[in-house]
Amino acid sequence: MNPLNLTPDASEALDREGFSRRHFLKGSGALIVGFSITSVAGRIGLETALAAQGAPAAAQPNPGQLDSWLAIGADGIVTAYTGKCELGQGLTTVQMQLVAEELSVPMQRVRLIQCDTSITPNQGTTSGAQSHQANFNKAGLAQAGATARQALLRLGSERLGVPAAQLIARDGAISVSGDASRRVTYAELVGGRTFQMLIDASAPRKHPKEWTVMGQPVARVDIPSLVTAQAEFVHNVRVPGMLHGRPVRPPAVGATLQGVDESSIAGMPGVVKVVTQKNYVGVVAEKPWQAIQAAARLKVSWSAGTGLPNNAQYYDYMRKQPSRDTLVVDSGDVDAKLKSAAEVVRATYMYPFQMHGSIGSSCAVADVQNDKTTVWAASQNVYALRGSTATLLGVAPDTVRVVFTRGSGCYGINGADAATFDAALMSKVVGKPVRVQLSRKDEMAWENYGLAFVVDQQVGLDAQGNIIAWDYEGWSASRGGRPGARPGNVASGFHMGFEPAPFQPLRPAPAPTEFVGDNNTAPSYVAGRVGDKQGGAGTVASERVLSHRIEAPFFNGPLRAPEQLQNTFAHESFMDEIAARVKADPVAYRLKHLSDPRLIDVVRSAAKTSAWETRPSPKPGNRRTGVASGHGFACVARDGGNGWVAMSADVDVNQDNGQVVVRRLTIAADAGPISNPNGIRNQLEGAALHGISRSLAEEVTWDDQKVTSFDWQTYRTLTLGSVMPAMQIVLMDRPDAAATGAGETSITAVAAAIGNAIFDATGVRLRQVPFTPERVKAALAARRT
Amino acid sequence: MPMISLNVNGRRHTLDLDPQTPLLYVLSDDLELKGPKFGCGMAQCGSCTVIADGKAIRSCSTPVGTVANAQITTLEGLGTPEKPHPIQQAFIEEQAAQCGFCLSGVVLTAKAYLDQNPKANETQIRQAMSGVLCRCFTHTRMVRAIMKYAQGRNA
Ligand code: FES
Ligand code: FES
Repeated sequence: MNPLNLTPDASEALDREGFSRRHFLKGSGALIVGFSITSVAGRIGLETALAAQGAPAAAQPNPGQLDSWLAIGADGIVTAYTGKCELGQGLTTVQMQLVAEELSVPMQRVRLIQCDTSITPNQGTTSGAQSHQANFNKAGLAQAGATARQALLRLGSERLGVPAAQLIARDGAISVSGDASRRVTYAELVGGRTFQMLIDASAPRKHPKEWTVMGQPVARVDIPSLVTAQAEFVHNVRVPGMLHGRPVRPPAVGATLQGVDESSIAGMPGVVKVVTQKNYVGVVAEKPWQAIQAAARLKVSWSAGTGLPNNAQYYDYMRKQPSRDTLVVDSGDVDAKLKSAAEVVRATYMYPFQMHGSIGSSCAVADVQNDKTTVWAASQNVYALRGSTATLLGVAPDTVRVVFTRGSGCYGINGADAATFDAALMSKVVGKPVRVQLSRKDEMAWENYGLAFVVDQQVGLDAQGNIIAWDYEGWSASRGGRPGARPGNVASGFHMGFEPAPFQPLRPAPAPTEFVGDNNTAPSYVAGRVGDKQGGAGTVASERVLSHRIEAPFFNGPLRAPEQLQNTFAHESFMDEIAARVKADPVAYRLKHLSDPRLIDVVRSAAKTSAWETRPSPKPGNRRTGVASGHGFACVARDGGNGWVAMSADVDVNQDNGQVVVRRLTIAADAGPISNPNGIRNQLEGAALHGISRSLAEEVTWDDQKVTSFDWQTYRTLTLGSVMPAMQIVLMDRPDAAATGAGETSITAVAAAIGNAIFDATGVRLRQVPFTPERVKAALAARRT
Repeated sequence: MPMISLNVNGRRHTLDLDPQTPLLYVLSDDLELKGPKFGCGMAQCGSCTVIADGKAIRSCSTPVGTVANAQITTLEGLGTPEKPHPIQQAFIEEQAAQCGFCLSGVVLTAKAYLDQNPKANETQIRQAMSGVLCRCFTHTRMVRAIMKYAQGRNA
């Protein structure tokens, strides 16, 4: 064992929390930690253990090695390392379940270490509801667990002198089947040592039928510490000598820095430094309140902004911009079919920029030293953030370590990466650790919004009312994105002088080479035939799906169900319009045009569970004043096949004041095998309600210079006082299928389901999100004339 | 600067502070408490909520000088993972959290309201919660947990 030289800070913190050296001196070679690292002491302990065990601070674990994923301590504690982090969705718990299951150990003996560039395997971004696939199929953590179990069986067989086929792994030990007295524990076999072997891609996973821990509604391990405020958020990270930074963002989009009058804050208490670079200004002070006051007082002169396109006419503006075009599918016969159709139905749908709007404004701590930088951030991708931070600082990536520390729910790329760049630059300039938490306004006026969309749809119908051709043309606006290697993809990095990914127009769109279901650009009802392969979820063979990407005036990036939600609103609202036009029941009409069996199953299941009343919309007999109620339906194969959901919504529309209340939601969802029914329900519920808020209230607004939605008064959201629907959730269990996304499916269908229910209740079609009382009232008024 | 004395979670602290400093910064930076959190700084969201003399207040918009003599309770002052307060227990049982950032606002606003209005019905409780945000939209479970606590304390 290596001797440990603890720094005084580390010793003190560890003593205070009752840790002793034995907690982390169990290993040799692999890092083995017998305690939770969510506390300050844990963090320091972990760092010390890293150093003590000779792991270089910026080592990059090799994902092909079993030891990069799992370690078993002499006390039998299993430490697992994952590159997928907890964003508030219960991923900690379900990953612990996975490890417990594959290794056959009780959950209490599993420790999970998430997303630290020095010690966890690079698994890219935790996003897009991709974690379930990445770690729960034949890869990642699951395969590491399977490999380890197989290795333990082999070692057990040698030790016990019994063929592996006669052994069972249970409760952290290998025993002889039928003779439990002949057993050897994992700790005895490998405790405190490394496996020194490669991940075996053919090691058998447990079948869901054998599960005892997975598939159970295990309570989230972190909720007790959250609800008693013991959990450490990045907002609580305090490192010795830390200062506080507050950026001063420009007053308008495109404004450039003209000058800073430092004398304006001379003598203010605690002020350490004014930091400027290109169009970036920040103030560093000893305490946060001092930094905030000084930043507010600092006189900064800026040029006027570059001007913004008119907010009210933005959807028309989008159509006229240079664009990068993509043809998802084109059967070549759409124009001819539309011409020969008995009837052509057309409609246009609009979806605004919306924000992530995390409840906690983003926060990060950076400690930039000459040869070593440490960053604590709630980033969805610590691995990419290491690279972009290195670029920003002009240092080698292997001198940067990024430690994920939980933040407030992000729902995509909120300000976590941007705040990291703020902290990193200020720390570099002052040579001390700097913590930055953005103001509410800086968070909301400068975050990477979800994309605005405008979509033109048209279909041709035959004489029986069947769809014979579908034509989609959509425009979406985007700029920047996840930083990846580019700090300029988010506002702070851009202000510091880094460029976002360049926008490259491309017209005409190249012919498609394969059908891409991503983003749900294509509706579920088309065949999706490219070459001789059919990739769509539906039956309509005459199909054209063309999208135009234009450059947005604001920064953008993935927001929960990115693009899928906007497109699905357009598709599922339109499908409802077509069904109403031919006087068909919207569920039956959908089923008539679907071929994907999993989508068909969820549609049937949601209709059955909600006791769907089969009839065309609108609902007959509704009065035109007062409260009218109606039902609406929507479904989607998310990304063409990463989670399936169908939903019915019952709404009340107050026709006097335009208020819409969702009374009931019935959701049928299919995400493959159910890893944790409690977790998936929490996600489906939360995402559905998030969807209601986005459908009814949320919209980014701006004037000719700047964003004007920058707090909770100007960007509305449903509160804890809002009436929320009764929810019924049906989970399709698919033990033999692969795991798919679960956290984003339900939200994808919500806007259309609500819009369709409003139509059913009132006969009025809303084609623009959000369905604010003003818009509903205006639409109702137009109906009456 | 004047010395200010604060009673937080049953402990007395004497601090040398500008009395205009918002209470939130004192709690989270000087006292390193994790419960109250900065969400908006403008009394719009609730994340910074603490209970002062029985009332839920928003510490981001409360100058520390105005609560110098109050009994202040933060979320960590209610209970621990081992011994949670009944309202925290209800949240654990209902699994009523996602990211958990909003919990000071949700739990403490509900507790303070129910302490003063023990007979409140669900509509009144919703009314009391109408200025509190949860952006993970854990609303259904949170309201269920609050109702469970309300019923339990009347039982
Ligand atoms: S932080 Fe105080 S109410 Fe939002
Ligand atoms: S649980 Fe995330 S904001 Fe409420």
